[in-house]
Parts: sequence; structure tokens; C-alpha cells
Amino acid sequence: MNHDSYNDAYIREILNTVKTVAMVGASPQNVRPSYFVFKYLAERGYDMIPTNPGQVGKSLLGKPFVASLREIGRPIDMIDIFRSAEHVMPIVDIALTLDPLPKVVWMQLGVRHDEAAAKLEAAGIKVVMNRCPKIEYGRLSSEIQWMGVNSRTLSSKRAPIPTQGMRLSLNRSSVGGGSTAAADRVAQQNNKDKNDTA
Amino acid sequence: MNDRIPGFGTLAVHAGAQPDPTTGARATPIYQTTSFVFNDADHAASLFGLQSFGNIYTRITNPTTAVLEERVAALEGGTAALAVASGHAAQLVVFQQLLQPGDEFIASRKLYGGSINQFSHAFKSFGWNVVWADPDDVPSFERAVTDKTKAIFIESIANPAGSITDIEAVAAVARKAGVPLIVDNTLATPYLIKPIDHGADIVVHSLTKFLGGHGNSLGGIIVDAGTFDWSKGNKYPVLSEPRPEYHGIKLQETFGNFAFAIACRVLGLRDLGPALSPFNAFLIQTGIETLPLRMQRHSDNAKAVAEWLSAHPKVAAVNYSGLSDNRYHTLARKYAPKGAGAVFTFSLKGGYDAGVSLVSNLKLFSHLANVGDTRSLVIHPASTTHSQLDDEAKTRSGAGPDVVRLSVGIEDKEDLIADLEQALNA
Repeated sequence: MNHDSYNDAYIREILNTVKTVAMVGASPQNVRPSYFVFKYLAERGYDMIPTNPGQVGKSLLGKPFVASLREIGRPIDMIDIFRSAEHVMPIVDIALTLDPLPKVVWMQLGVRHDEAAAKLEAAGIKVVMNRCPKIEYGRLSSEIQWMGVNSRTLSSKRAPIPTQGMRLSLNRSSVGGGSTAAADRVAQQNNKDKNDTA
Repeated sequence: MNDRIPGFGTLAVHAGAQPDPTTGARATPIYQTTSFVFNDADHAASLFGLQSFGNIYTRITNPTTAVLEERVAALEGGTAALAVASGHAAQLVVFQQLLQPGDEFIASRKLYGGSINQFSHAFKSFGWNVVWADPDDVPSFERAVTDKTKAIFIESIANPAGSITDIEAVAAVARKAGVPLIVDNTLATPYLIKPIDHGADIVVHSLTKFLGGHGNSLGGIIVDAGTFDWSKGNKYPVLSEPRPEYHGIKLQETFGNFAFAIACRVLGLRDLGPALSPFNAFLIQTGIETLPLRMQRHSDNAKAVAEWLSAHPKVAAVNYSGLSDNRYHTLARKYAPKGAGAVFTFSLKGGYDAGVSLVSNLKLFSHLANVGDTRSLVIHPASTTHSQLDDEAKTRSGAGPDVVRLSVGIEDKEDLIADLEQALNA
């Protein structure tokens, strides 16, 4: 699996099929990216579970925090990791003990851990790294276009008027992949530079 | 499902637009409204806090303008774009995100006269100091780099003489210096040159010119290539540090490879205010639908006119990089293989007086201060667009006293040549 760039079809299939999402590192602070993403995905109908041992006893948008993935007690379709790369492996190790296994492990923008990804993929779990599900959902639905962002999708179909809690159609035609050629090229180079110095 | 990459013409027509959800209108409606209702207090708070995608107020986002933004971002191969009221406004908003008072940026000497003025005077009053370099001598950019340098600015095809800048060579200087390369791509448009493919980190345009293309609407746009890492070395605190205006959000962390475009919108445009009218956005995006057809015709006509002029006994010199004996011809073939654009200069053996007389004798070419109209345009830069520069700066930027500038339109080339012929013989 190439983790430098993803086909839209791969991301679309994940976002169209997962329902339950545990967010590790979810923050109750409303200026943190994890809060933005949690709220957005909850509004789009995902069953969101905030996971953060430091926040147990509190809740995020009405959902009680759990300390660990082990304590969720029901199947999770996707784990969204909002922790930096050095914290990824222990989370992945717990994920691999879950029964049933999660279908997808998603690491946020700026987070990439190739070794962890290989381990997950060996267990049949799909992996996305260095991407944001909110941005990808907004892009594939073209909702992100309100902010002048290049959705890299086209459609000649009339879209329904989005309302609160509504799932949006992600089935627009894709324009050659999840990011632009130039942005991909640079991300690839940066990742290579990081690996070379590591 | 295959991810097929559509061609330029398809993107020019479709990118950013889809049938209106409410009415099914196929052309993009003109959302001529100042403001947008919130669903409830929570929705309003989410929008103000940048947590949700949506519209608040036309100074920040507008659905008609958003179509234009996505379209130009797609054509340039960028991650996002922000449309503003003019090309000058685009430059102001870009530099406001990058520079603090006392900082420097390096700019090509060969620029549109209005940009030279903006950088030399208006920007200086903000404490943003321009350092000039020569695009024909790329090492001069490298020599100009100091620890205060925050950006490098060039034009892909330079106004007024249509010279071509070696974008990749300047991009290498910018990369080495750890600063973004900003390319003004107004005269080329992404149909002829895509600066992001050659290493540009930010592209700006005056939409007023070939993109809008019909001489009816002012506009400007900023395209974020998504290629620059703003967090390195704390040089760009606007992007990398918590923003007090948004309760401590860090823009790069939150918005990734389109954070610069977001900064331009939610800080620059929001606070400085040069918003584009939705009506102008509509006219400009309608113009862009025919950009590939027009731009090819503009370039083909310009080449024919330049060839004809260069054989005329009263013409001293023609500066068009599409001509094989031009000093920029090799660069033109590399960067703009489909055509070298439609703006160029020439000089007459009769000097200043012959230039003034030519301009007044033309019947089809319009004498005015613009380029990139469907109509053919002519101007004497030394007495108009570049008049506020001193004589040395005029000559250096290709606008000496004997120089006449053309912006060749999409009329029949035989008629344009006939008009020049009668005016030269008058």
C-alpha cells in the first residue's frame, strides 16, 4: 500500500462504510483540531467515541470519554489517532488485541508511522496516514469548496441541500487522487528526508 | 472507480461548479447577498470558530466566488485559492501573511509598473522592504538573500516586454533560502504556464486580465500550492503559532496543505476587507470557461502580429519571446510551449514621437491601460503605466521612451495587421 498518496476510491470506501469511530487523543478544548473533527464527524452521523485517559468523567458533545480502546466494550469500525507519531505504536498494539479487530486505523494530518502501518496491514486492517477525515469528507462531498479548497472532484448532478446530521454523497468523479501532484510530490520528499535523517 | 485526470478544458468548464442544490440551475447563480442565516446558535459558533464549512458573510466567503476559487485552484494545480477585489489586493493579502515590519522580500525588477509602485512605496510604509533582483541574472536573487528574507516574487511572463523568467532556477534559490516562491502568473494564465509544476509555492493573478478575459471585471486571486512547510524555523508565525483572533488555533496544524489559503481568507481578507463582488466572480468564471480557446487564439494572433512587425522597415525591434531570435525564446519553449502569450513590446525607428503617433492613428486597437481583453489594446508605457518610475527604472523594466506595448486580442489577425499597417504608414 502506497501511503504517500491515496486513491479517492480508497478513502471514499472507508468513509462510506465505517460507522463507529473511536478518536484517541480527543480534546474537549474547542480550538483543538481533534475537537473540530469530532464535532464534524458526529454531525455527519458517525457514532463517535472520545478516548483520552486524562478526560475520564467528562464528556465531549454529550459522549462520555473512555480511558482506553480496551474499555469501549463494543465493536469499533475505525480508530482515528490524534497523537503524534511516537505515541502511535502502543495504540496500535492495543488495537490489534481488540475482538473484533477494527476495520480501519486512521492517523491524522502530520502523523505517519510506516512500521505501525505495516503491522496493521498484516492483520488485514486498512490504514490511512497524514490525512484528516474531516477534510477528506468535506473534499469528497465538495462541502469544503465553501472555503475555496480544491476538492479534486467534479459532478454534473444536483446535490441535495445539506441539513444537520445528514450524510452527504461522496460519489463525485475524482480528478486523479487525494491531493494535488505538487503537494504530493513535496509530502513524499519531506517523508523521504525524515527517513533519511532518522 | 478510476481516478481519471480530466483535461484543462474540462476543468475550465466544470471545476468548482455543480447544479444549484435549491433550484437545479445549471449556470452558477450569482449569490448577491451580504450575509447568510445560521441554523442555530451552535451552527453560528461553529462557523465563526472555523469548525464547520459554510458561509457567514460575503467579505469572507460567498458561494459564487467559491466556484471561481476552486476553478482557478484546479487549473493551477493548487490545493486552494482565495479570490479578492484586484490583483493588487491579492499581493497585499499574501505579503501580510508572510511579513512582519522590518522583514524583506526579493522581487524581480521586471514587473508590472503598478507592482513596482506597490512594493516600493505602499509596502515600505508597512515596514515591508523590497530588495530588487534581476530575472535575467538568477544569482542576483541568491545574493539578495539575508536572514530577514521571507519570500521571493517574480512574474512568469513579465509585463510589459513579455520576457520569460526561469521559474525553476528561481525556485531553487527560494528552496535553498527556505522561503516561498510567489509567481504572478497573470500574463501566462495556467493554460500557457503552470508555475506550481515548476516549483512555485504561491501563485497570484490579476483576474482582470486573461482569466476574466473580457475587460469587464476587476479581480485578483491567490493560489496555495500546498508545497511549503510553514512550521520550519518559526519564520512564519501567522501560520505556525496560535492565532489570538481564533482563540489559539494553529492554522498549519489545523488546515494542513491549504493553511496558507485559509490564513489569507480568515486573517487577510477578513481584516483588510478587499472582497470580490459575487457579480464580478460570476463574470470572471464565465470567462474562464473559454480560457483555453481564447488563450491559444491570443497567443497565435500575437505571434503573427509580432512576426509581421519584425519585418516592417519602420520597426526598430520587437520583444516577443515567441520569435526565434528573441533572447527568451529558449525559456519560452521550455515554459510556454503552446504559445508565449499576447503581451509584448516593440520600438519604432522614429522613437518617442513615432510611438505616440502610432498609438493615435490606430483604429481597431484601443488605447488604454489594461491587458488581456478580447479586444486588442495598445499603450505607451513610459507615459502611462510606468510613468512614475525614473528613466533608468523604466528602461530596466522594459518600458523605455521608444517602446509601445500591445495586448493582442482575439479578432482576426489579418484585421489587426491591416490596422497596424495603416497606422504605421499614416
